[in-house]
Amino acid sequence: MSCWETVADYAFRSLGYGERLLPRSDFTLCQQVTLIGSGMIWNVYFGFVALISGFFLATAVALGKASRHFWLRKPAEWFVFVFRGSPLFIQFFFAYFLFLSLKGQVPFLGAFTSAWLGAAVVLFFNTAAYSAEIFYGALRSIPKGDVEAADAYGLTGWSRFRRVVWPTMLRLAWPAYTNEAIFLFHATTLVFFSGFPASQQKGDALYYASYFADKTFNPFVPYPILAGYFILVTLTIIGVFGLVNRRLNRHLPQDRKTRMVFRPQVIR
Amino acid sequence: MFAFCTDPETLSSLSWMLCYLTTAKHMGLYYAFGTVLLLLAITAPAALAFGFGGAVMARSRIPPIAWIGKGYVSVVRGVPDIAFFLFFVIALDQAFEWLRHQVKCPDWGQPVRQGNDFVVCPEAKLPLGNAPQWVHESYGFSLAVLTFAIVFGAFAANVLYGAMRAVPKAQIETAEAYGMSHRQAFRRVLVPQMWVYALPGLSNLWMVLIKATPLLFLLGVEDIVYWARELGGTKTPQFTAYPHGDWRMWYFLFLLIFYLCFTKVSEVVLERVMKRLTKGQATTGGESQRKAAA
Repeated sequence: MSCWETVADYAFRSLGYGERLLPRSDFTLCQQVTLIGSGMIWNVYFGFVALISGFFLATAVALGKASRHFWLRKPAEWFVFVFRGSPLFIQFFFAYFLFLSLKGQVPFLGAFTSAWLGAAVVLFFNTAAYSAEIFYGALRSIPKGDVEAADAYGLTGWSRFRRVVWPTMLRLAWPAYTNEAIFLFHATTLVFFSGFPASQQKGDALYYASYFADKTFNPFVPYPILAGYFILVTLTIIGVFGLVNRRLNRHLPQDRKTRMVFRPQVIR
Repeated sequence: MFAFCTDPETLSSLSWMLCYLTTAKHMGLYYAFGTVLLLLAITAPAALAFGFGGAVMARSRIPPIAWIGKGYVSVVRGVPDIAFFLFFVIALDQAFEWLRHQVKCPDWGQPVRQGNDFVVCPEAKLPLGNAPQWVHESYGFSLAVLTFAIVFGAFAANVLYGAMRAVPKAQIETAEAYGMSHRQAFRRVLVPQMWVYALPGLSNLWMVLIKATPLLFLLGVEDIVYWARELGGTKTPQFTAYPHGDWRMWYFLFLLIFYLCFTKVSEVVLERVMKRLTKGQATTGGESQRKAAA
């Protein structure tokens, strides 16, 4: 079987298209690269969905945490504390079993027990909490003068937020937010190891990598392939976020621009 | 455990619960918390040691050594940590067995990799085939510890490398002006001063380490996640004196609360340590402490 046939059979295996049976013996390098790459579709999907939707909730939670109203501040603080203070792995397990028992009472919620929705919801809340903490920090370090200038121009309420506070917050938070995005994509590998079942062996990249490692008893091929894919994803994120960073900083004089340095901090 | 637990069917709900929570299997769960704490207690210093080694290597003035140090840091951080956990557990095991194979059976004719099998001579097996159960368990546990130490060592190396560069240059220059050699300046000036710069990063790392402990489950150790899944599942009266429905949700809720408390306590303690360490340091934190006292 040529490599092209393998690609045709397995390129969308993780979504359930193509050859039904996974390879069982005589594993070729081509099969491993194709299947692990096929699994990356899920990682990218989870990361993308959680990142986009989490961004909006994160902004709201950060504003809530910075609010002077008790009933806005406390829930936001608790939200951030619960999701940042506990392991994502346990959150996945808890959410899965929670959805499972809810399904018994409300059959309508059955979709949440499958990974595509349930795990995406957990990742959404999780990344929203981490990003909210980053945005909150940025919100507190907005230069006083910027807000005072906005006041002097007569900007209030929504227009002050949209034109001054929000862009400045994003600009300050962006390098840290880039790291959060990278770690979010790394965290997507946990999904199929934490309760959420991979039905009909439709799993993510790590699922297939560990499948091959278990079958061949040789971890030195599938895991480096996986690592290669993730390095590609990481570089893509840095590229895209770098473009956004350029746009956010475009009004600043050259020497004051915050340079994007790839300096992944440990945040999870 | 208690005398009145002999016939669970007759008990009222409160004492039923008391008896249920003290069955032998639940004791396994409680021991597993000890396993987690033991893992943290061993891994934290081990990761710090790996990190220190990595940071010193990355600072080295001999290029190949610096490359190794920097490569170690960036490769481990660029890839999902869970992939590393799954990788190292098999890879380390095979590496140890292969080394022992080379030493103990030099005239073994067959190749080590035969198709999908990894075959070493029986004397090189780790642990030996006839070893008692506890040896197998502790071997698995120590592989897990080593894996954690390697992965988190890379993160610690990153933090310590940054901290070493954050110590003001003038301090080192002064040390050299006093006639200290490089090695002396490193040991007497740089290392004692770097901790205050490293602490925010290290306390962050400690939090990350706490939150990574449930991954022990993936490494095949019988930890709290294993027991929570085991004990929470539906139990029918045929197999147990304490039948119940699917309680896994409650077990994981309990674990969630355990971790929340753990991270909260750590946060408070680390805050205090930071306060102590900044005392008398030439940083903004130390300066504001001095002003507040004066």
